[in-house]
Order: sequence, then structure tokens, then C-alpha cells
Amino acid sequence: MTVAKAFSMPSGRRENIGFFKKTAAYVFLISGSLVMAVPFLWMLSTSLKEPGVVFEVPPKWIPETIIWDNYRLVLMESNLLNGFLNTLAVTLPPTFVGLFASALAAYAFGRMQFPGKNVLFLALLATMMIPGVVLMVPSFIIYKYLGWIDSWKPLIIPGMFGAAGTVFFLRQFFKTIPSELEDAAKIDGLTPLGIFLRIMVPLSKPALATQAIFGFLGGYNDYMGPLIYLNSPEKYTLQLVLATFQDNYNAEWTLIMAGSVIALIPTIILFFFAQKYFIEGIAMTGMKG
Amino acid sequence: MANSQSYSHRKLHSAAPGKARRFKKEYLWAYLFIAAPIIGFMIFGFIPICYSVYISFTQFDGFSSPEFNALDNYQELFKDPLIRKTALNTCYAALGIPIGMALSLGIAIALNQKIAGINFFRTAFFLPAISSVVALTLLWKWVFNSDFGILNQLLGYFGIHGPAWLNEEAWAMPAMIIQGVWGGLGFNMVLYLAALQGVPSSLYEAAEMDGAGGLQKLRHITIPGISPTTFFIIVTSIIGALQDFVRFRIMTGGGPNFSTMTTVYYLFENAFRYMNMGFASAMAWGLGIVIMIITLLNFVLSRRWVHYE
Repeated sequence: MTVAKAFSMPSGRRENIGFFKKTAAYVFLISGSLVMAVPFLWMLSTSLKEPGVVFEVPPKWIPETIIWDNYRLVLMESNLLNGFLNTLAVTLPPTFVGLFASALAAYAFGRMQFPGKNVLFLALLATMMIPGVVLMVPSFIIYKYLGWIDSWKPLIIPGMFGAAGTVFFLRQFFKTIPSELEDAAKIDGLTPLGIFLRIMVPLSKPALATQAIFGFLGGYNDYMGPLIYLNSPEKYTLQLVLATFQDNYNAEWTLIMAGSVIALIPTIILFFFAQKYFIEGIAMTGMKG
Repeated sequence: MANSQSYSHRKLHSAAPGKARRFKKEYLWAYLFIAAPIIGFMIFGFIPICYSVYISFTQFDGFSSPEFNALDNYQELFKDPLIRKTALNTCYAALGIPIGMALSLGIAIALNQKIAGINFFRTAFFLPAISSVVALTLLWKWVFNSDFGILNQLLGYFGIHGPAWLNEEAWAMPAMIIQGVWGGLGFNMVLYLAALQGVPSSLYEAAEMDGAGGLQKLRHITIPGISPTTFFIIVTSIIGALQDFVRFRIMTGGGPNFSTMTTVYYLFENAFRYMNMGFASAMAWGLGIVIMIITLLNFVLSRRWVHYE
């Protein structure tokens, strides 16, 4: 009786608080997500309007006549499609080759023994401490000497050597894999490369996928790199083409918004298919801090 | 006796080189595995850094050969009024960090209850985090449009005559802060959500036993419990904010009257517009040192308030 009372009392009280807290949480979250959504909906609505209708006061959220032609115009008349293909060309090789290079190094740092391991790992970590802005000017000059300016090389080649952040992330992951399988494979005479490819890679697919997604997203959304290194419009990546819309379609907001929607679609599709990896990847990044 | 001795002797001899060879082979594999990132770091990290130090002591337009001018560039850092102006602008823009952190923690706490539609809310807040900065900035430029933008239209419903946001010196930076907070909420929210789930529920139960209220639990359990994540967000946000540039270039072009020109924007202009590579390198080092000092300071101060389990 007393035990039941002791248990029921606080839980009853908690439920009451829970109701108010829950209502407050809903109000907060619904108004918050409205603030998040309104700009996106406004973008979508604008992109479907006739040019003159944009300057109507008060604005209509759902245009009277929906104009898909803005999308056709933007895709046909601008370099957007070409920019998208260019983006894939500069993003995919460093994403996958770089991931492989990072994963191999992460395996060596995480699970193998060799002289100088700690010093080399610290040196690699130190590169993460250097603010990116310090590298901007000297990299440009060095690429200029190499004849890489106005080519995709500065966007592709450095990334193929892997990234310190990815090495660090994957090393942490590899360290959590139990060593029994690895020991058995060693007895079977598998080389370290064989162990990496046949045991480590299959066991780390989620971690590798997370890094591949973040790598691709970083490349796809990159604006600074292409801005510094590319001059010829036909070499522009998607983000660079989109940025030129401001000048090319001066105040034609219907077209600028249609272009922005198109630029967002691939990442939104990627997000919906790989939501789990995004959320877990970020959560894991925070944990290591 | 002699026989066994010679046997063991032979065994010792044959085993040692074999073992050494096996070890060396594993070393070789390991060095091969780490070769790409280490070589990449040498070519694309170490050499440019050293070169940048040299360039920062020269007058260099990127084409003719650099001319040594000793500390001129560094002295100029303290003379150029735009350095001070852009540094202050960068600090002003960083006001968005505490605002964004408080809001994202609030959202994470709200999402951490047993409520319906968690996936919907999470997606709504997270979407900007994966979106292209160029697209989001263009979008907000349209939102902030003084005559036809949705923000002033909405303010109009409440009888408020909104400012010309991006065209007014006083309002351009607040507009950038609003946009930055909006764009950064989702990422920090996910970090905080993961941290909240890591706080042991036994602590809350114990506190409830002692009669602690909601605010007391927040202050004495939640906030210390998630302090490592708060620390991570502070460090990375400051490093990011001090180098913020892209959205300013697209949204305002640094104007009006340099009111939204950030340090890295000014550095970019010096390097690639005025072709003043030496001065730009000195700026980069000045900023780099400031970033490293602030980060170090953060780590030192963190001992006072960050609680690891």
C-alpha cells in the first residue's frame, strides 16, 4: 500500500507537469519549424510565379497560375546543368579516392604497430588545427606555378590524398572493432591489405558511408574553392553558376529562386535516403569533442 | 647436451631474422597505408604554410617575384583602419553564436521528450545544415528584400514597418546574424540531442527524489551533463565565425559602407582583387594566431566548467 502510494504519487505529479511541458514543447517546436519552413516555402512559391506577380502586395503564397516555365528557362538557358555535371566531376573522385586513402591510413594508425606512429599521427592532427584561411593565398600561388589555375585540378587532386578529419574519425571507429577476426585472418596468412579490404571495410560500411556522404556534400556545396581557382564559365561548378544568377538575372527573383530550388534538390534527396548516416555522423563528431 | 644446445642455438638464430622480417613487412605495409595522407599533408599543407610565412614578409602581386619588405605588412595590420573595422564586424557577427546555441539547446530539450512527429521537426530544423550556402543566401536576400520580401510583409501584418535590412548600415549585420542563426540551428541541435540522450537518467531520478524542480534539474544536471558538447560547439563555432565569408560576399558584398565586411572577406579582397598577396598572407597569419590563442584559451578555461564523466 505505502509502496504503491510512493510510486504512484510522484508519477501522477510527473504526468501533470508532463502535460504542460509537452504543450509548451509543441508550441515551441511548431512555431520554430514554421520559422524554418517559411523561407523555403517562399522560395518555392516565388519560383512558380510569373515574373511580375512577384512584386504584388500583399503576396500570394499559392500563385494563381503556376509557371513551371521558370524551371525550363533556368535549365535551358543557363549553365546550371553543365555546372551540375562539372560538380560531379570535381566532387566524386576526391570523395571516393580520398575516402579510401583516409581509411587505409586510419586502419594503420588504429590497428597496426610501426615506429613513429604517434609522431606521424600527431603531425596529421596538427593540420586540423591550422585555420583554412592561412592556406588560401599560398595554395593559390603554388597552383599557379603548377599551371593548375582555371582547371579542376586544385579541386580534385589534393582531396584524393585523404583528409585528416576523416582519418581521425575512422581511426576511432576501427579501434572499436574486436580483434578476434583480425587475429584469425593473420593466422590464415592474409596480408594487412587483405585484412583491411575483406574484414575492416565490410564491418565499417556505416562509418564509411557517413564519411562519403559528408565528403560529397562538402564538395557539392563548396563555393570558395571554385571561386578562387576557376575563371572560365564553362568550367564553373553548380554553386558558382548559381552565384552568377544574381548578376545575370538582375532582380528576376522567379528565375533565381528556381535555380536555388534546383541546386537544393540533390542534397535534399540524398538527405532523405541517408538521414540516419547524417544524424549519427554528426552525433559521433560531437562525441569525440 | 651439446646437441640440444646447438639445436636451441640454431633455433634462436633462425627465429630471430624471421621474426624481424615479419615485423619489417608489417611496418612496410603500415607506411604504405599512411603514405597518401602524409604526402598530401607535406605537399598541400606543410609547404604552403612555410611559403605563406615567407610571402607575409614580402610585397607580392602574385605575378612578379616577391620583394622582401620585412615587417611592413605586419605593421600595416595595425594601421589599416579597415582591419579594425572588419575585425569588429566579425566579432559583431559572432553574437549569433550564443543566440544560436541557446535556441538549439531549447529545441533539443523539447525534442528529447516523448512527443509525436520528432522526425518531422528534426528534418525541419536540420534542412539548412545540408543546403548549399549559395542557395540559402540567395533565398534570404529575397526574404530580406525591403519592398517585396516576405519578412517585411509579415512584419507589416503586425503593423511594423520593417527596415531596408541589407541596404541599411544599422540593419545589415543583424540581418546576417538572423540568417546565420537560422542556418546553424539544425547542426547544433543534433549535437545537443545526442548529448542529452547521454545524460544518465539515474541522475534525474536521484534529483527528483531530493525534490529538485525542472529548472534546478536543468541547471545542476542537464547543463553540466552536456558541457563537453557545449564546449565542442563553442570551439568549432568560434573558429567558423572568425572565418565566415561566403554568405557575406553573396548577400551584401560587404556593404553598405563596409558594415558587413568580415576579416576573411577583406583578406580575400586583398589577395584576389587588389593582388596584395603579401599583406593578405600577413592578415591570414594575424587571424590564424588570434584563432589559435582563442582556441587555447577555450581549452584552458574549459577546465573550470566542462565536466567529463
